[in-house]
Amino acid sequence: MKKTIITVIGKDTVGIIAKVCTYLAEQNINILDISQTIVQEYFNMMMIVDMNSAAKGFGAVQEDLDKLGEEIGVAIKCQHEDIFQMMHRV
Amino acid sequence: MINMFEVNETNKMIEQENLDVRTITLGISLLDCADSDLKEVNRKIYEKITRLAKNLVATGEKIEHKYGIPIVNKRISVTPISLVGSAACKTPEDYVTIAETLDKVAHEVGVNFIGGYSALVSKGMTKSDENLIRSIPMALAKTERVCSSINLGSTKIGLNMDAVKLMGQIVKETAEYTKENDSLGCAKLVVFCNAPDDNPFMAGAFHGVTEADAIINVGVSGPGVVKTALEKVRGESFEVLCETIKKTAFKITRVGQLVAKEASKELGIPFGIIDLSLAPTPAVGDSVADILKEIGLEHPGAPGTTAALALLNDQVKKGGVMASSYVGGLSGAFIPVSEDQGMIDAVVAGALTIEKLEAMTCVCSVGLDMIAIPGDTSAETISGMIADEMAIGMINQKTTAVRVIPVIGKGVGEVVEFGGLLGYAPVMPVNKFSCDAFVNRAGRIPAPIHSFKN
Repeated sequence: MKKTIITVIGKDTVGIIAKVCTYLAEQNINILDISQTIVQEYFNMMMIVDMNSAAKGFGAVQEDLDKLGEEIGVAIKCQHEDIFQMMHRV
Repeated sequence: MINMFEVNETNKMIEQENLDVRTITLGISLLDCADSDLKEVNRKIYEKITRLAKNLVATGEKIEHKYGIPIVNKRISVTPISLVGSAACKTPEDYVTIAETLDKVAHEVGVNFIGGYSALVSKGMTKSDENLIRSIPMALAKTERVCSSINLGSTKIGLNMDAVKLMGQIVKETAEYTKENDSLGCAKLVVFCNAPDDNPFMAGAFHGVTEADAIINVGVSGPGVVKTALEKVRGESFEVLCETIKKTAFKITRVGQLVAKEASKELGIPFGIIDLSLAPTPAVGDSVADILKEIGLEHPGAPGTTAALALLNDQVKKGGVMASSYVGGLSGAFIPVSEDQGMIDAVVAGALTIEKLEAMTCVCSVGLDMIAIPGDTSAETISGMIADEMAIGMINQKTTAVRVIPVIGKGVGEVVEFGGLLGYAPVMPVNKFSCDAFVNRAGRIPAPIHSFKN
């Protein structure tokens, strides 16, 4: 199963996780792992998700998350996990 | 499983340190486009490139989105045109029509450069080779995206000094033909010794005759990533320095490997090689010169520069080789002047001269690259510079190249703007003493002996 990494970075505010997770649930995207910290008031979250049964395609989800990120005031990136696997695992 | 630290490290490289894949270059053999009828050659070239490359740009963009990594250039390299056109082209003007076809197809498929307007003349020139070479000034003036390269020598064969002499004149003529644009044509023309068959970088990319019908070659980059990694080990020993470069090069190259495999799968075209080069751009923080400064030099050109560059180049290769299944092309650190803000600064500060750059080319890829010289430099002097650089490559069994721009109407200290990735450059002084009698001798320099290495 190929996984996707979603990262959310930006100024902390109420409901970031709720909004992102609601969107993912609507798209039938399963969250496998979440880690999240606050560094100097900056919200920093990484999710590992399974998009294999997602309602929309990869590109469309990326666009939606971009828009959602703008609404909340954070940057949301959505990348195939292989770029991280390749770089950090021999 | 991947952790947050690793994800953030990768994304920081991409967002803040200019990590990118510099180019996906699709190599296409045009040998089967040869014909005795010129129109037919042009038609076949147009059709074959269009057929194979029509999805190249879209595929590149798809991969960019999938992994969130910029792929800056999508390019095409083709079989040296002097081979493809030899039966049909009787004059230099005939060759220019092929250049125009290449330019047209480059625009249509959306690539920013197409390389391979080339001839391989390391031992001798056929009439066809000579016609192609003589067509270069006009071809580069009439086209926008065509790049030309000529191989003038090799370690096994020696140097074709007749061709070296001719290329001095051609560089000069190309400058004249494009003098309205600061002699920009010369930025698309490079001469080589030991030219690789699978180089994905322009202006020197061509699809060698030893290659398959079509192949994907990828050039990675990331001087900014290396520079940032080195900031953390300031003052540490050479061991720590070298390990840091090696590990960083590994990471950068892995991204290239991923992109190359993916592009190969998507396009149904075999993966050829990864070129490990550290290729700078004029963007701030994307500079090989800045790495040299971080290693401990006030400016590139200071004593120690050649040693620092040698270790950088070697560690990049050591890290990169393990990261990729096939490595090829030029693979090393590039030291173009106009495309690297740190190099430009060094020239302006008076730290870096052409002579020092020549020494630096002994230990890195590739050669005297993107150097603006006074427009009144003679063709013989340019040939002399070419001969020097070719000799370094020949004797040291490495690729060397020359891409100098004699800027018509400009002199030392004036600034030339090439725009975009090509950057800008201060015109550098060239040694004033004559080499005319040397260059005007006819014939070849014999291949060097491969023993008694001293």
